[in-house]
Amino acid sequence: MHFDLGVWIGAFLTLGIISFLYKDNPWYKICEAIFVGISAGYWIASLFWQNLVSKLYDNLAPAIVALFHGQIQYNLLYLVAGILGIMMLLRLIPQIGWISRWPLALVVGATAGLQFINYLVSNGVKQIYNTIVPVFGPVSDAGGIPPVATTGEGIGNVIILIGTFTGLVYFFFSKEHKGLFGGAAKVGTWFLMITFGASFGYTVMSRMSLLIGRIDFLVNDWIRGTFG
Amino acid sequence: MELLRSRIIIGITLLSMVLMFGSALAQDADKRDVLDSTAVRVGTFKKPVNLPIPAQLDVVEDSEGDAGSSITVSWLPSPDDGAGKNNVIEYQILRSESQDGEYVIVGSASRGMTQFQDATTTDGVTYFYYVRTISKDGGANSQISAGIQSSPQWFNTKDLDTFIIGLIICAAVIYFIYHAQKGKKFFLRQIAGLEAVDEAIGRATEMGRSILFIPGINDMDDVQTVAGITILGRVAKTIAEYDTKINMPVSRSIVMTTARETIKQAYVAAGRPDAYSDDMVHYLTDEQFGYVAAVDGIMVREKPATCFYLGAFFAESLIMAETGNSIGAIQIAGTAMPAQLPFFVAACDYTLIGEELFAASAYLSGEPKQLGSLKGQDVGKIIAMIVILGLCGLYTVASISDSVSLLDFADKIKGLFSAS
Repeated sequence: MHFDLGVWIGAFLTLGIISFLYKDNPWYKICEAIFVGISAGYWIASLFWQNLVSKLYDNLAPAIVALFHGQIQYNLLYLVAGILGIMMLLRLIPQIGWISRWPLALVVGATAGLQFINYLVSNGVKQIYNTIVPVFGPVSDAGGIPPVATTGEGIGNVIILIGTFTGLVYFFFSKEHKGLFGGAAKVGTWFLMITFGASFGYTVMSRMSLLIGRIDFLVNDWIRGTFG
Repeated sequence: MELLRSRIIIGITLLSMVLMFGSALAQDADKRDVLDSTAVRVGTFKKPVNLPIPAQLDVVEDSEGDAGSSITVSWLPSPDDGAGKNNVIEYQILRSESQDGEYVIVGSASRGMTQFQDATTTDGVTYFYYVRTISKDGGANSQISAGIQSSPQWFNTKDLDTFIIGLIICAAVIYFIYHAQKGKKFFLRQIAGLEAVDEAIGRATEMGRSILFIPGINDMDDVQTVAGITILGRVAKTIAEYDTKINMPVSRSIVMTTARETIKQAYVAAGRPDAYSDDMVHYLTDEQFGYVAAVDGIMVREKPATCFYLGAFFAESLIMAETGNSIGAIQIAGTAMPAQLPFFVAACDYTLIGEELFAASAYLSGEPKQLGSLKGQDVGKIIAMIVILGLCGLYTVASISDSVSLLDFADKIKGLFSAS
């Protein structure tokens, strides 16, 4: 018999979390509290060293030192981030807590602005580009006369075109889904649901592999590893 | 004795000749190895017949529209690329800070490729490049480039088309906001999940149970979280009016701060600032599954009547939605994560799919700015539909009619949507 404390703790916590499938119980509560407590502590330490120290202090400190030697470095801009961070903490002082709204407003506003381009490109422009296909034949980006399409490619192109177009109709909010427009939106809904179904099955299979990984740990690392 | 001496002399002479010949061979081989593997000069030896014909440098220039620290090297492929026994294996790109200095390999490109981006340069430093064509028998070098420096650009001209498309959508948004502020009424179709918000809060009030609001597990730098928090404002106002309890566990500290501010404002707007408490929003952990374990525990112990999942979700979506389903809560979810939508659709009563989440805040608030924004986005969708249908038709006609000019025209318009 080989006793490995780490494996036993892992098995105890794994079974404790799985016990939730039966019902809420003290074993699960213990595992939950350990998980939340340790992970919260870990993240505080991680954020301190990876953000506060490596991103703020390591960039700002040399720039401040250089400033005392008469050099103005680009990294002095990190001072703005530091001040915003301090402003965020001012909410702990009720009299001037309102100041903490300014960095929050900056974060939310900057997020919306920066993500606008990302969303426009990934969810809009690139989707349009990839949907532009000939209904009866593939076309290379380099131009030139396209080769004759196979039946399968033709059907695939038609499905892409109808799916994208009716999907856009479904997400059109300025018109009631009635009549022909409503019919197109209904087709769009069908395309969405079929896509979700395929995605559901695919993801469930990947979750099964996670379960197999845990069972493998319990059977091989814990039971066989301990009792031979 | 004489015979022995002469035989020894002959033997030594022969041995010397063999050694000298061997040494000459070895030196020749060494020299070739040096030239083939680490040679830094070009044109100093005659190309052995078994080496590939070298690629020709085409353009070496500062990478366009970037933040600096990058030079793009382009070459014309070797005639041996993809042909015969000297088939090219790869191209190596070598760099030096002086023309006659030591060149080091900074990267490689597979055969068939004709471009390499060296993203390890220092702005303002002059570099020289050449390309070595590698086959199984060795390498052959191109000519050396002229000196080139990398530098940052203010504008990324490669994304000019995206900029123009963005401008058109923004102009549409501003136009509709302007008219909404002037008092013009806009029609918005009903969204099933949003119609159910008041009903779900009312149910929790009648049952005397709390409402659980999960804003996803991403921070405020995700627009889905921003959308979730915006909806929270409207939900919290109704909760305040109904005098119901809200419980909002979060996994990010900035989300906690923002959510507290949002709920506080909602309670003030509802005329019940005294009923607000910071405890309504509480931090658990940043760790994804630690957060889920705690939320599941809260669900089964507090048994909320209504659960909202509005934001960015990952693998935890089904775990939470299934637990919420098991306690009989009304569940309204909304996310733009394609991989998680199926789980919400399967386990929740109502699901806001993708853009419906972003539309929800405008729909619920009825504010001119948000309504105008939604209408402007619809203009973008109309443009997308027209472009897709028009160009698909154009390509199909070009395919059928074998028209090169039509195809070129379609390619040019399609190129406007080739965002980098």
